Amino acid sequence: MKWAWGGVGLGAAFALLPYVLQREDLLNLGILIFLSVALAQSWNIIGGYAGQVNLGHAAFFGAGALVTRSLWVAGVPLLVALAAGALVATAFGLVIGGPAFRLRGVYFSIGTLGLAEILRISVGNLLPEISTIPAASLAAYSLLPRYYLALGLAILSVVAVALLARSRLGLGMQAVREDEAAAEASGVGAFGHKLTALAISTSLAGLAGGVFAYYHVSYYPQHAFSPTWTFDALLITFIGGVGTIHGPVLGALFYVILKEYLAVRLVDVHLLIFGTLFILVVLLLPGGLVEAWARARRLVYRSG
Amino acid sequence: MSAPPISARWREGVDVILAQQLVLGLLVGGLYGLAAAGLSLTFGVLRVLNIAHGELLMLGGYGSFWLFTLWGVDPFLSLLGVGPALFVLGLVLFIVLFRFVVRAHEEIRIKNSLLIGFGLTLVFHTLAIRLWTADERSVTTAYAGAAAKIAGLTIPLSRLGGLILAFAILTALHLFLTRARWGRAIRATAEDWEAAALMGIPVERTYMLAFALGTSLAGIAGGLVSVAYSISPAIGLEWTLKALIVIVLAGLGSLFGSFAGGLLLGVAEAASVVVVGGAYREAVGLLLFLVILLTRPSGLFGGR
Repeated sequence: MKWAWGGVGLGAAFALLPYVLQREDLLNLGILIFLSVALAQSWNIIGGYAGQVNLGHAAFFGAGALVTRSLWVAGVPLLVALAAGALVATAFGLVIGGPAFRLRGVYFSIGTLGLAEILRISVGNLLPEISTIPAASLAAYSLLPRYYLALGLAILSVVAVALLARSRLGLGMQAVREDEAAAEASGVGAFGHKLTALAISTSLAGLAGGVFAYYHVSYYPQHAFSPTWTFDALLITFIGGVGTIHGPVLGALFYVILKEYLAVRLVDVHLLIFGTLFILVVLLLPGGLVEAWARARRLVYRSG
Repeated sequence: MSAPPISARWREGVDVILAQQLVLGLLVGGLYGLAAAGLSLTFGVLRVLNIAHGELLMLGGYGSFWLFTLWGVDPFLSLLGVGPALFVLGLVLFIVLFRFVVRAHEEIRIKNSLLIGFGLTLVFHTLAIRLWTADERSVTTAYAGAAAKIAGLTIPLSRLGGLILAFAILTALHLFLTRARWGRAIRATAEDWEAAALMGIPVERTYMLAFALGTSLAGIAGGLVSVAYSISPAIGLEWTLKALIVIVLAGLGSLFGSFAGGLLLGVAEAASVVVVGGAYREAVGLLLFLVILLTRPSGLFGGR
């Protein structure tokens, strides 16, 4: 419960931030954090709760970005464009998940890895030109609506995971994650639960991609399909605490802020640091920051 | 009345282009097979899927590149250094990371190996950019442009050398696995590690050997890639996917199956270049992979 109040406080603080400090760099940092929260939470649903290692999350983020951007630039209302992006991302998810989830183990992982690579290469070949907002919309470009849209998405993703974690559906997913055979024996259909988790996860990832496409003035369409997004999602989720509600939020704050700080000083060495940290977390501290915090507290209380 | 002869000559031209492409496809296919054999060995024996296999290949390529540019070592000769170096790197990776992964139960084992491999790709990729910059490199020997002309087809000699060497190495490995004591231990462990342990085979050391052999194969393949093609820090994922495609095509457990699968993939890609154009070369291979993955998950050639 304490975490829930902390989350509400954090959300309120971010909502009020633009009123206190009108600094563009802070707004941009905020948007990065919100997008990271949404992307990590979306991975958390399929990877953390349903236990299926998605190695091509960029495919769904990119699909959402591409569809939203194309429609929005063509004059379709933003919310409709976002919904369409989420829908297409989900469709890609089901195309992979449908057949892959009938099999066990690695097929889903390598299938998603392959899908992301196909989309990245094809989009790079088909749309090599940089995508820029038309001049008319550029004049009206303002950071604040992007900030609040991204904040809204981040809150939506956290609330979705919080509701899911306690629901019958979410418990079913966790049962499948822990032991598929036992879950099946207890009447929890593994296939349906995995596919539902994937649908929710990919639609959120598609929305995150859509907000990214709405936020950036110009970017190469291929960039939204870059493996970077998959790395970000995994690193944030695992460093924060996979399979928890607040882990990805802590992870996103930690990751984005530290990354911005390190990137200025060390160029790309931050990736080396985060990559190593990620491996260490998987190997030694599977609960991430959340578990580290709990352990530290226990240590303090015991000695105090 | 000159229309038919021109169209006939045109057809002949297309046939030559197709034949030339197929030859090149066959040549690169041998390297696909070599890359896949290493991955298949570790996957088949340890039941861990090392997604960083392509990054190890990339490191091997840079090893050859370094030996050539710093000391002028012939790239084919440098494999004698690169192979053992990557073998040692494999031992280190096993002792530091994968030793802990293989102790887990089958499903956790695969999941953790995927995650750790994914983290390693980030680490190696960043490291390679630091050490060698993001530029494309290749080893340009005195005989780099040499080619044999057979029946109007051009056969680059360094690529032919790569293909022959790939086949020779797989043959040697096959002999090792079937004749040598440790080779048999590897096969026994792959079949049933518990029974192997009961027969007095030191399972963990066998795992270590198989893993290091796999990374060594990746390194040698990388060395061959750097002579006949080019390397850059970004090629890792591409080669991992090639190896995975081949494994899906050929199934696990047979070195020559991997080799044949590699040749098949090379030829299929080459044919697709002629039919749909070079821009989709990667996408066609990957699409083939997804279709097979989703329809015939045990591989076209049967097997496990």
